[in-house]
Amino acid sequence: MDSIIQGFSQAFWLIVSGDRELCRIILLSLGVSGGALALAALLGLPVAALTGLKRFPLRGAVVSLLQTGMGLPPVVVGLLLYMLLSRQGPLGFLELLYTPGAMILAQTILALPIVASLAGAAIMGVDPAVKQAAVTLGATPRQQSFTVIREAGYGIMAAIIAAAGRVMAEVGAVLMVGGNIAGYTRVMTTTIALETDKGNFELAIALGVILLALSLVISLLLRVVQQWGKTEAALIPWP
Amino acid sequence: MALTLSALNLGKVYQGQPVLNDFSYRFEAGGAYAVMGPNGSGKSTLLRILALLEPPDTGVVQYLAGSVILPPGLDLRRRLALLLPNVGVFNTTVFNNVAYGLKVRGVPWEEVEVRVRRALEAVGLCHKERQRAVTLSSGETKRLGLARVLVIAPEVLLLDEPTASLDPANMELVEDIILRVKDQRKTTLIVATHDHAQVERWAGGRRLYLDRGKLLTG
Repeated sequence: MDSIIQGFSQAFWLIVSGDRELCRIILLSLGVSGGALALAALLGLPVAALTGLKRFPLRGAVVSLLQTGMGLPPVVVGLLLYMLLSRQGPLGFLELLYTPGAMILAQTILALPIVASLAGAAIMGVDPAVKQAAVTLGATPRQQSFTVIREAGYGIMAAIIAAAGRVMAEVGAVLMVGGNIAGYTRVMTTTIALETDKGNFELAIALGVILLALSLVISLLLRVVQQWGKTEAALIPWP
Repeated sequence: MALTLSALNLGKVYQGQPVLNDFSYRFEAGGAYAVMGPNGSGKSTLLRILALLEPPDTGVVQYLAGSVILPPGLDLRRRLALLLPNVGVFNTTVFNNVAYGLKVRGVPWEEVEVRVRRALEAVGLCHKERQRAVTLSSGETKRLGLARVLVIAPEVLLLDEPTASLDPANMELVEDIILRVKDQRKTTLIVATHDHAQVERWAGGRRLYLDRGKLLTG
């Protein structure tokens, strides 16, 4: 019990003193997760628009595949990516293994199905009467699509926030393709795992507290977005 | 300039059931028509086909400006407007909802402001222009839907049961607005309704009666 209390008190001082290593780990974590999220949004939102707006052969299969991808085990993603990026792998020439780039790639693979699937569901969930109204009021097909996507705006934001929660808490894939190299690829989750193994609880606890705080912020943000979508102030700017 | 609509042998089948069966009729430019019939008789389907919202399975509709047959496409669709029973409000202000049809046509902002305010005044929603549209009552929503189609000054106005499920006060308001449109504008007006009094007021008794997709009288 004493070691836990001591761990917490030392963790508290690490946080309030703005420990250099702690800050570097936090910044790298935010950079990797932010990059992965941006990439997942960039790739996932067009897929969401396609599945949400268009009817095409195998659309159901694509939606099912994306939904399955939401539950991808991170270690499996890590393993596959490791094999692809290792020197003998087909993408070995990129020399990405054990770099933040590989970690971004791994987290993008985990976040992409969440963004595409949840945002696609939000677009599909828009009242069909809205699109019909756009048609009857003279909108072009592109204007109709924009109108429907704008109506799904809060659902799309919620999809991105949910993906943020997934990548921030992820440990298996980034550990395998990042290698947990101090000062280079060591992020919050991998540091917690390593320091716990070593019995250095103070840094692990400090990062754990920060990770929990970030998770709390993400879930609060999600709640705020969902509530905001129902309020007067939530009107998405109209062109 | 109001358009003439000439429907020739229209047919439509939903899930193996014919909902419109060999329908032919000529709606003259500037005329007002009421389409009547029991639920499921094909009124809404007819209006949706006439508004180019869906194609018929058989037959054709010709849209005539004078003696010129207009080609189908966006330009033609923008000369028509259909108010559906479910208005389908956009999650924005009342003002932006009404402005939508003008904005998609690229109408300059100064003109949009003037025309939207005029339309809102016509339906008695001026004081709610900054309010979120989804918070309106059902009667106000229906009036918003009317303002949205009136503001674009369509040459053919199609209304699908515009007073359904409205309280008497809102019903009277909507009836008056439609009557004003009929009297003041050169618009071909086609209204689906169950109300015989409305047929007299709006269409001067000119009614088409549909039963199981077939035109009985017209």
